[in-house]
This record gives sequence, C-alpha cells and structure tokens, in this order.
Amino acid sequence: MAQKTIVTAKKLFVFAACMFGFGYVMVPIYDLLCDVTGLNGKTGEVSQVEAEAKHVDMDRLVTVEFDTNVNPALPWKFKATEFKMNVHPGEIAEAVFVVENTSDKPVVGQAVPSVVPALASLYFDKTECFCFTTQLLKPGERKEMIVRYVVGSELPENISTMTLSYTFFKAPDSDDVVVSETESVKAISTKS
Amino acid sequence: MSEAVIHDDHDDHHDHKPTGIGRWLFSTNHKDIGTMYLVFSLIMFFIGGAMAMVIRAELFQPGMQFVDPQFFNSMTTVHALVMIFGAVMPAGVGLANWMIPMMIGAPDMAMPRMNNMSFWILPFAFTLLLSTFFMQGGAPAGGWTMYPPLVLQLGDGFPFLIFAVHFLGISSIMGAINIIATVFNMRAPGMTFMRLPLFVWTWIITAFLLIAAMPVLAGAVTMLLTDRFFGTAFFDAAGGGDPVLFQHVFWFFGHPEVYILVLPSFGIISQIIPTFARKPLFGYASMVYATASIAFLSFFVWAHHMFTVGMPLAGELFFMYATMAIAVPTGVKVFNWTATMWKGSMTFETPMLFAIGVLFMFTLGGFSGLMMGITPVDFQYHDTYFIVAHFHYVLVPGIVFGIISGVYYWMPKWTGYMYDEKLGKLHFWTSAISVNVLFFPMHFIGLAGMPRRIPDYSTQFTDWNMIISIGGFAFGLSQLILVWVVIKCIRGGEKATDEVWEGAHGLEFTLPSPPPFHSFTTPPEVTDATAHS
Repeated sequence: MAQKTIVTAKKLFVFAACMFGFGYVMVPIYDLLCDVTGLNGKTGEVSQVEAEAKHVDMDRLVTVEFDTNVNPALPWKFKATEFKMNVHPGEIAEAVFVVENTSDKPVVGQAVPSVVPALASLYFDKTECFCFTTQLLKPGERKEMIVRYVVGSELPENISTMTLSYTFFKAPDSDDVVVSETESVKAISTKS
Repeated sequence: MSEAVIHDDHDDHHDHKPTGIGRWLFSTNHKDIGTMYLVFSLIMFFIGGAMAMVIRAELFQPGMQFVDPQFFNSMTTVHALVMIFGAVMPAGVGLANWMIPMMIGAPDMAMPRMNNMSFWILPFAFTLLLSTFFMQGGAPAGGWTMYPPLVLQLGDGFPFLIFAVHFLGISSIMGAINIIATVFNMRAPGMTFMRLPLFVWTWIITAFLLIAAMPVLAGAVTMLLTDRFFGTAFFDAAGGGDPVLFQHVFWFFGHPEVYILVLPSFGIISQIIPTFARKPLFGYASMVYATASIAFLSFFVWAHHMFTVGMPLAGELFFMYATMAIAVPTGVKVFNWTATMWKGSMTFETPMLFAIGVLFMFTLGGFSGLMMGITPVDFQYHDTYFIVAHFHYVLVPGIVFGIISGVYYWMPKWTGYMYDEKLGKLHFWTSAISVNVLFFPMHFIGLAGMPRRIPDYSTQFTDWNMIISIGGFAFGLSQLILVWVVIKCIRGGEKATDEVWEGAHGLEFTLPSPPPFHSFTTPPEVTDATAHS
C-alpha cells in the first residue's frame, strides 16, 4: 500500500471520528438554541428580586392555563387547584398544585415543565417551583405545592393565552434515593 | 522479503485466481468483492421485497387479514432498514468496487483488505438485525427512523438493532474511505479530476457524504443505547432530555443519506445516456458542480422532515428555502441529461430504457418532494401515503432503476456475454408499468388522508389500496425476471465485444470482456480524446 494512500485514509478516519463527536456536540448546541429561541418550551428561572423589579402592565390581561400529566410509571395523582388564571404581565402570581402518592411505597418524582406556545416560554419565568427539585412522597401522602411565576411585559401582543404544562416522571434514581432514605430512617430509629 | 517477491510473481499471471470458498472469504480483489456486494444486495432486495409483499397483502382489504399490528409495524420498519442499508447502499458500493478501478485505470482498490472487511461486516450486521424477529418483544416496530421514546420500548431486540446500525455504519465508512483513497491516489496518468467519468465523481461525493453523515447516526443510536441501559437522559424528558433532539440528530444524518442513496444512481445514468444517445454528456462541469452543491446543501435542510414538531417561523422558512434551493442543482442535472439526448442518435437497449425511466420517474418524485418542502402544505402531507409515494418514487424508479440500468449496462463487461435483450426489455416494461400502478395511486390516498404505518384503513381507501397491492405483487414478480437474466448471462450467450456498446467510451471499455483479474497492471495514458464518456 502506497504511503499516500495511508495518509489519505488516516485523514478520513480522523474526519469520521470528528463527525461522531459532532453528533454529541449537537446536544449542547440544541440546548443552547432552545434557551435562546424558546424552541422546546422550557421555562426560565429568575430571583424574587428580579421578578419584583419588573414593570407591571395593568392594561393587559394574559390567560395562563395549567395542564397536569403523570407518566404511567409513577403511581401518583397530580392536579392544579385552578384550571386557569388571568394575570397582568409583570405581576408575580402564584398557582397551587396538589400531588398525591396513591401507592404503598415512598416514591421520588420530578416534574418537567413546558410552555405552549413555545415562543411564550421566553417571557415566562418562575421564582419558585416544585419542578426545581425532586419530590419525595411517602405512601398515601398528599402535598400542596406552589409555583410563583411572572409573565414578562415584553410578551408579544399576539399572545393572549399560554399553557403551562407539567409532567411528573418517576425520578431516574428514584429507587436508590428511596432505599437510602429508608435506610437512614432505620439507622436513626435503631440509634434511638 | 521473499514472500513479497513470490507475490509479485503471482501477480504476473493475470488470470490466476484463488479457488473454492476461500476465493470469496479472503478475497482482496475488487471484482470479486464487487460481485459479493451485488449478490448480497440482490438477496436483501428480495428479503425486503418479501416484507413489502406482506404489507401489501395486509392492506389489500380494510380490516385485519393476515398479520397482527405489531408484526405489520415490524414489516414496515425492517423493510425500510433492509432496503436502504441492505439493498441500495451495498448495490452502490458493489458497482463502485467493480467499476471505479477500471474507470480510472487502476489495478485494484487502494486498500483491498479493508475492502474485504467492509463487505464481510454486512452479513453479520443483517444477521443481528433479522435475528430480532425470533426474540422476546419481536423485531423493531417503531419505524426505521428509530424515534424515542417508542424505540426504547422495543424488547430484547433493541441492542441488536443498535449494534446492527453501528456495524452498517462502520462498513460503509470503510467502503467510503477506500473509494476516496483509490480515486485520489490511483488514477492513471492524465486522468485529471475533471476527466473522471461522472460515475466516479458522484461516488467521491457520496463517499464524503457517508464519512460525514454515518458517524452522526452512530452517535445518535449510541445515545439511544446509553439512554436505555446506562441511565443517560439525552432523549428522556424525565431526566431533562428532549425526544425532539433525536429527530434533529437523526435527520442531520438522514437527509445526506438520501443523497448517499441517489447520487450513485445519477452517476450511472450519466454514463448510460451519453452512450445510447451517442453524444458526449452535456455540461460535464456543471454536472460535477451540481452534484457537489446538492451534497453541500443536503446538510442544511434536515428539519424539513420534521416541520410538524413545532418550530419557530424563522426556522420553518429557513428550511423551506434551503430545501427549494436543492431543486436548482437537481434541475441542472435533469436538464443536462435531457440536453444530452437532444438530437442524439438514440437507441433503446435495456440500460437506456431504465435510465430514461430514472429520468422521468425520479423527476416525478422530485416534484412531490418540492410540494412537501413547502412548510404550510407539509402539515397536510406529513405521515400520510403522500410521503410514502414521494420517497418510493425517488427510491424505486429513481434509484433501484438506476442500479438495474447500471447492472444491464456493465453486465456484458463483467461476464463476457450479452444478456438476453428480449428478457431485459420485458423486465423493463413490466417493472415500469407495475411500479406506477404501485406507487402513483398512493399520492391520491395520501392527499385524501390515509396515514402511513397503520395496518388498517377507512373503507373509502379500499379500491385504490387493492390496485396498489396488485401493482405491488406485479412489481415483485417482475424482479424475478432480473434474476433469470443475470443467471442466464453468467452461464453464457452471445460473446460481448470489448466496447460492448457501439457508443461506449471510457477506460473500462478498453479492457477485454470479461476483464482480467487485475484490471490495469500497466496504467493507461489518458488524453482529452479518450476522456469524458
């Protein structure tokens, strides 16, 4: 095999390896693009101070609807206390959700939010949400959870209604967490 | 050292071949490997075809007839995987193996052992894929695009599907590297890039597409694998992932892939049309640039496969215009082929008939593609039989006909005998008529709203579905003629001359038919007079 051939082949193998890497680089690029454009309806997080500093547009009312889903792998009930709210852009509002563990085991769940229309998600920020962390529910436990959110007054004029949707999933490491929790509970009870 | 000397001697006996099964298993000869690729492709064509027959039998009438829905979905999924990766791609690589060294005046491929490996990976890959039919949970049934989360619900067959795709990727990347290395380093003196036959040009560009796109697919399916078994969450919403991301990564591979499939076919008919029109190819340079532009643009249009996922308007417009832009270089090619035939002294032997079939029917598929490139109307066509009609028009009469025309065109060169022209013409006309009966009505039922990948349908679609199924069975049977023609041609017949065809040009037609085991041991000199078939 000629030297030239080996050089060509090596270059091309390196190119192929780079393209394999590029497939993985698309993951952070996609996340970044979604952040910038609101492509996949993921919502933002702001501090309470930032939210309070927002200008409140009293002339305008926006309807925020709530949608709740539970992934079939999670034995929970999940509802919003109010189906929808009318809010002024810039005003801090609070929505209450109720979640209940219907199984006889402690389970850890994680809620994933999404806003439709996706473009509106750029102007939808939360100061507090149960979706920021995982939630542990004991068997039969019922819990009220709040979301404090603010709709930016820069929201485009043509958007008058938006839907905030939550899906509760079983946390990927739910079983481990539950086991360690119960073990620590046991450890505490044996100590005392 | 002494071994090398012996080996050199060995090369001097032109037609000394290893014999028995070892000739094939350990083959490093571009012609033998090309033959194996083509035979493998033909076998896969019939396996995938059998699955299509099951689909058409089930859809002959509304209601459930023969198979359960899960198996029906396996049929559509595996039919696609087998036809794309098992039939069309190996056929293209097989033709490249056979023809490229002969067309550029080289003795063999640049890396013969790697060539052997890239072929022999294929049977293993398809054994993995097809073995899933006998596993708990059955064969893949979530569509060949392997969208999560559905594909993650596949049973024990899931890792087999993923590793089969990995193997196919490795095989085609090695094949592509070999082709580029061969063309870049082993051209005969005087065979400059702008004197390369167009088939070689389209294959260089295809090879670059393969090297750029296949690793991305490998990455995407690896992410699926780790999502399922190693707790990553690339596409799992529960872990912060996004299933839509898979569609982006997949179609970033998937759109170049459609040009990987079609460009070799463009190359083949660019060889055949000038031969039978007895005129040089019209606009050679523009053909090269058009092919390169198609390949380049193919990386910027992927999201037109997924207009309905919910994209910002700017994104939809970008991908719509980029898609429309591809019609320009494709149009250049279609007009060049037509202009090549203009005022030519045409004869209509079987290869020419198939090539003209490609020209007509690929263009038809191209037009329905343009329709779907228009974002607002795509919302109606998405996931209906209209898209099935579109991609089957480009894949079957566009690409499969192109490959078949290449086989008819070069078969006398390979075997040394002319094929049976009467049977060839019969094969063309039965195929050309039945393929239209099969795919044309799909446009109508698609526009009327029949969804794809579903084993049952509303009764108003019954008549067209019956006609489509009859066309399907007729097309399937017609392909048996091809097998008969090939077997007959290998066994004997009228002796083929070196030129084979009256109007044939190019280095491959300066070799005897059949060509010696090692194509050009002394490189031929290429001048302007002998270049450009």
